[in-house]
Amino acid sequence: MKFHQHILSNGLTIVAESNPGVHSVALGFFVRTGARDEAPEVNGVSHFLEHMAFKGTDRFTADDVNRIFDEVGAEYNASTSEEVTLFYGAILPEYLPQTFELLASILFPTLRQEDFDMEKKVILEEISMYQDQPMHVAYEAGMLKHFSGHPLGTSILGTLESVGALTAEQMRQYHVDHYRAGNITLAVAGNFDFDQIVELAEQHCNDWPSGTLDRPTHEAKPQGGISIVTQDSRLQQNVVQMTSAPAAQDELRFAAEILSVIVGDDGGSRIYWELVDPGLVEFAELGYYDYDGTGSYMTWMSCQPETTAENLARIRDIYEKVNQDGVTEVELEQAKNKVASRVVLQSERPMGRLSSLGSNWVYRQEYQSVENDLAMLKGLTLEDVRKCLDAYPLGASTTAAVGPLSELQLN
Amino acid sequence: MQQQSIHTHQFENGLMLIVEEMRGLQSAAFSFLVPAGSIYDGSGKNGVAAMLADWITRGAGPHDSRELTATLDNLGISHSESAGSANVTFTAASVADRITDGLAIFGDIIRRPHLEEDQFEPVKLGAEQSLIATEDDPQRKAMVELRRRSFSAPWGLSSDGSLEDLPSISADDVRSHHDRCFHPNGAILGVAGNVDAQEVIDAVAANFGDWEKKPNTVVEPGDRGEKRSFIEHESAQTHIGISYDSVSFPDPDYYAAWAAVSVLSGGMSARLFTEVREKRGLCYSVYASQSSLKHEGQVLCYAGTSNERAQETLDVTLQELKRLGDGIDESELQRCKARAKSSLVMQQESSRGRAGSLARNWFFLEQIRTLDDVRQKIDALTIESILDYVHRRPAQDFTVLTIGPEQLTVNE
Repeated sequence: MKFHQHILSNGLTIVAESNPGVHSVALGFFVRTGARDEAPEVNGVSHFLEHMAFKGTDRFTADDVNRIFDEVGAEYNASTSEEVTLFYGAILPEYLPQTFELLASILFPTLRQEDFDMEKKVILEEISMYQDQPMHVAYEAGMLKHFSGHPLGTSILGTLESVGALTAEQMRQYHVDHYRAGNITLAVAGNFDFDQIVELAEQHCNDWPSGTLDRPTHEAKPQGGISIVTQDSRLQQNVVQMTSAPAAQDELRFAAEILSVIVGDDGGSRIYWELVDPGLVEFAELGYYDYDGTGSYMTWMSCQPETTAENLARIRDIYEKVNQDGVTEVELEQAKNKVASRVVLQSERPMGRLSSLGSNWVYRQEYQSVENDLAMLKGLTLEDVRKCLDAYPLGASTTAAVGPLSELQLN
Repeated sequence: MQQQSIHTHQFENGLMLIVEEMRGLQSAAFSFLVPAGSIYDGSGKNGVAAMLADWITRGAGPHDSRELTATLDNLGISHSESAGSANVTFTAASVADRITDGLAIFGDIIRRPHLEEDQFEPVKLGAEQSLIATEDDPQRKAMVELRRRSFSAPWGLSSDGSLEDLPSISADDVRSHHDRCFHPNGAILGVAGNVDAQEVIDAVAANFGDWEKKPNTVVEPGDRGEKRSFIEHESAQTHIGISYDSVSFPDPDYYAAWAAVSVLSGGMSARLFTEVREKRGLCYSVYASQSSLKHEGQVLCYAGTSNERAQETLDVTLQELKRLGDGIDESELQRCKARAKSSLVMQQESSRGRAGSLARNWFFLEQIRTLDDVRQKIDALTIESILDYVHRRPAQDFTVLTIGPEQLTVNE
């Protein structure tokens, strides 16, 4: 695999990793904008705008966009997070030119009023759909509480009210402010010729407005607390707990990641043996989430309502023990072996490399080869994990619970 | 399409092995189908196979549960065990040179599980919680209940089991399921990746060559469920499931049936997405999928929509399904072919994808189907051949199930 990089005069950065041994090429435009960049009055606009991209441009109608992607057999879609809006596609190399042109075009959609009105209905349906998924409701309530007062406490989907009140004019303004070449990274992975990529970018992205987005990236100082959403019709209690963790730019992030595997992976972790294996919960995991300038550990659990408090106490005991005694050499070695294999398996397909390639650049302006990732993993020591625990102990400063319970006693 | 290197070997005990050498990859994977799925659960015992799929890794051969997990993790073998309707499926993937170690460990898991008494209660509790979680997820529940009503029993039953049957399932029921259904005859192992076929054959021989044959269990198809169902639920959306008859996987009409569904729901330019979502804004999620078993097939559709627009969504969706017989554009066929071709080529990048496909194809067809064979079948499709199929087997006689606050009317 070989790394390539180029910057257009308007500031669009292209990062690419070529691998002539694969059959496809994956490309993605990573726009550094998401829910955290929204003012309260336009909450939900980043995600709504991501949908509107597929409604086309002056040149490509909405029907054209989906039709052409399907004509070239692309695996394509888009996603919006708190921090990044991503438009991506994977194709056979022969279809690169037309796919590139289409994907680049839809980042600057026409935003017609009638399309806006129609797509608003779809977004409102999507919000309703997620309301029927209790773990998602818990996630939203947890983020809102934990990051209260910080930009990350902004919902990706927005609410029925905020999206309902949003106007096409507000969206157009948001687009002008945020979709600027210096704020966008094009990542390409797989079987391609880099000169052709640069040529295509010059042809289709050169007229994008220059500029970047100034995003405040201060570390969150969560106040913590409990947020309970009582829903009598639910049979289970779904809980999300959060506490501070290293930021995406923090060197401690590797230790935080391996720690979350040791303590809370979906199999073979301390939480697994203590809660999942004995059948005390339906589901329990710890994950590490790194953001621009801040981070969080997130505990996910669902179980019978009446056992919620005791299961959360079990998790708390696990965390306290880890905070005090750390983890063992045997656990660290096992987690390293498990993660190394995941890295290799994921990197085999261009689509698997795309997200790592793009994220490393968007968050840290760096390239990490698979070999580098594996070396970094191999080099992690118990001292690294200790250092991470001292700076960011495991815990549950914020709790959000969704289900039949109207109160939850946490010791 | 690149020439594939596929080898088959049937052991004397009946175990079928299919190996694809994929030299460009670093990884290898296997997919092991054992004919012990939920259709063999037995009357009033729905959930036995699902419980076995959990219990079976809690200690096997020389290892207890924790040692087994540690061994697999240290080898970097990512794995899963799950019960489907016909088979219990074991999958594993790792860096290529570890895959033979994986076969040895799964030799213990499949043939010599401990199935210890003290592990049974946790398995049962876990199964119960996972079934309760489905009750809390109306979208998932809609599809579970739709399958129950669309396929003949016991194929339509949920492979996760049922809350009604769970209390009556004993440890001995599950052990006897293992004794009866875990045998090499009818078992299929697909292996793909950067491996040498002969080395794989030797490794399988060493771990499964002396696995003893047992009589096959025969299951006869029974009844299907009700055609119209409404489950009242206090949900934000109404969840709509629709199904209608299609063909089995081995049926000569399979590719025409697949193409018809692809015109309806393959990609974002397909009809359901365009008509129900893009033009009317009725849904976020709407789709149809071809669900073919060895002896029967169904098209399963889903749409989730707000309650006040649920009736319109059901009407429009049914109309689109019925309208397919009116005609198909050349461009629709071309898109369907392009998507298939691209996905076939991309399969060559995935050892996991290929291993699963090798095993599944053998299960359904008892022969190898190369990517090129599939491409030729796709290339041979014409508008006439698809329409001919749709006219012979039109979308009609729908099974409809809805979950939500209010009942809908089915206007066929």
